[in-house]
Amino acid sequence: MTHDGATTYPTATAIAEAVAGGTLSASAVLDAHLARTAASEGTIHAFNHTDDDAARQRANEIDARVSAGEDVGPLAGVPIVIKDNICTKGVPTTCSSRMLDGWIPPYDATVVRKLAAAGAVTVGKANMDEFAMGSSTENSAFGPTLNPRDTTRVPGGSSGGSAASVAAGFAPVALGSDTGGSIRQPAAFCGLVGVKPTYGLVSRLGLIAFGSSLDQIGPLTHTVADAALVLDVISGHDSGDSTSLPTPAPRVSAHLDDGVAGLRVGLVRELMGDGIAPEVLASVNQAAEALVAAGAIVEEVSLPTIDYSLSAYYIIAPAEASSNLSRYDGVRYGLRVDAPTTGEMMERTRTQGFGDEVKRRIMLGTYALSAGYYDAFYGTAQRVRAVIRGDFDAVYNNVDVLLTPTTPTTAFKLAEKVSDPMAMYMNDICTIASNLVGQPSMSVPFGLDSDGLPIGVQLMAPTLGETTMFAAAAVLEAAQPLGSQLGSPRTLVANEGGL
Amino acid sequence: MSKRRSVGRCRDRSADSLGPEMNDRISKDDVEKVARLALLHLEPSELETFTGQLAAILDHASDMGQLDLSGVEPMTQPVPLSNVMRADEVGELLDRGDVLASAPCSEDGQFRVPPVLGEPS
Repeated sequence: MTHDGATTYPTATAIAEAVAGGTLSASAVLDAHLARTAASEGTIHAFNHTDDDAARQRANEIDARVSAGEDVGPLAGVPIVIKDNICTKGVPTTCSSRMLDGWIPPYDATVVRKLAAAGAVTVGKANMDEFAMGSSTENSAFGPTLNPRDTTRVPGGSSGGSAASVAAGFAPVALGSDTGGSIRQPAAFCGLVGVKPTYGLVSRLGLIAFGSSLDQIGPLTHTVADAALVLDVISGHDSGDSTSLPTPAPRVSAHLDDGVAGLRVGLVRELMGDGIAPEVLASVNQAAEALVAAGAIVEEVSLPTIDYSLSAYYIIAPAEASSNLSRYDGVRYGLRVDAPTTGEMMERTRTQGFGDEVKRRIMLGTYALSAGYYDAFYGTAQRVRAVIRGDFDAVYNNVDVLLTPTTPTTAFKLAEKVSDPMAMYMNDICTIASNLVGQPSMSVPFGLDSDGLPIGVQLMAPTLGETTMFAAAAVLEAAQPLGSQLGSPRTLVANEGGL
Repeated sequence: MSKRRSVGRCRDRSADSLGPEMNDRISKDDVEKVARLALLHLEPSELETFTGQLAAILDHASDMGQLDLSGVEPMTQPVPLSNVMRADEVGELLDRGDVLASAPCSEDGQFRVPPVLGEPS
């Protein structure tokens, strides 16, 4: 099954306007999305859990409130998918791991509360790589998700179910989480916009921890405006998250039309050479030309130590993961494999509950943190991280945003890389630096390769530079070659039968 | 990208005091020990596979030894916040019944585990 580029789905912006204005009911919107899910979820496998009745009840509630003249919020009636590592009260949250099979969170993540308060309708929990470790969604204990653009290919990962659900028209918006590229890479592979906000901009209360100094929640959408709409809803300080920034969140939606006149854009030399597919490079160059045509100044810049980011990341992220995942011991959550003593019970539970990639990273992290190796590996990686951050700080003295590929290639085939961890990790080469330095970045669709697969280009910005980054993204979106995205026209909902 | 470019901060690896340790190849014994620390049991075939895979990842990571990191402070997190406290007020609390309902085993409002004392070391 391969979609042609002409297939279009309504945007969240259009849906919210129509529902709030009373021209369309949240129930009708939901039904159209549920019908598409019923038709192709059997093939795509984007979801770990859905509850159509609960979603219908919620949509009816929104419609009743609109009828009563209430303002139901900026996401009125917008169907939304939540990655399955974000807690939803009373709804199973598994991280696609046998370890959490059957666990029901006793509370909602802050982002889930904010979306509900904004009028969104949650339709399901999205499949992912187990505990967000992976780049293809093949590391799910519940089976892989397929790419709706070409079902012989992976949707990317770890937020692969989130990306596939939006690309297949099951919802216009999904939340993902991004520790090393887990929102941006699947967005690129599925022809979507995907945003990793500044570290601390979006609350992580209720996000099941993987790499605590790296993780951020962000949206996957068809359009830049939709991503801005959702980010404005979920960002902001939360006293329940000790890493939440105390500063006011930028309002990105208000700056989408700022343009790029006079904006200084850096093309990162180190990410424009070996190992990047020629068609991907061509798209990045074309994107640079589009920015120049809109008044930006594009120059080549260098981040001399960015090549070391993969090494630093694959020490730091597993080290943090090995610590975070020590809590899964058969006592408090989900799975327990019985044994005569607590020690044996814990070992059997962890051995049977975790998949191979999770075990690999737990062992790697435990090794990197163990006596005798702590300074050689973990200490070194943290110092390299500081040096990379210094490179970014220096380059932002001369430019406002950076432009790079999101991924070295377009979506690869299922089973192509899953048995070679190092080959899979290389896929993150363009995305991980943003997580190490804690700065915002996003993938925007820009062109197709010769197989008709979407190509993503990445914009990066300094800390809290989201408004500038989104303004540049909006220019790229307007200039993008036809067919890059599945969804788009903002007028759809207003048209008869546009759902 | 697999190729390393030479950069200003590079120095001779042989002069790197961190090099020798980072370049030690991880052994099956090391992996067995790490698995034990992490409460994971590995079958002999898994031990073989994981040792090879972890060695490949650590080999790649050893390129960090090329950088001169003298005088560089470790970066633990991107945002320099410390000792963050919220107001000391009673907020919304989790319901104990809800929490225990999802635990594998509970009794009298507590998590229940198999015997801990007297187990073989």
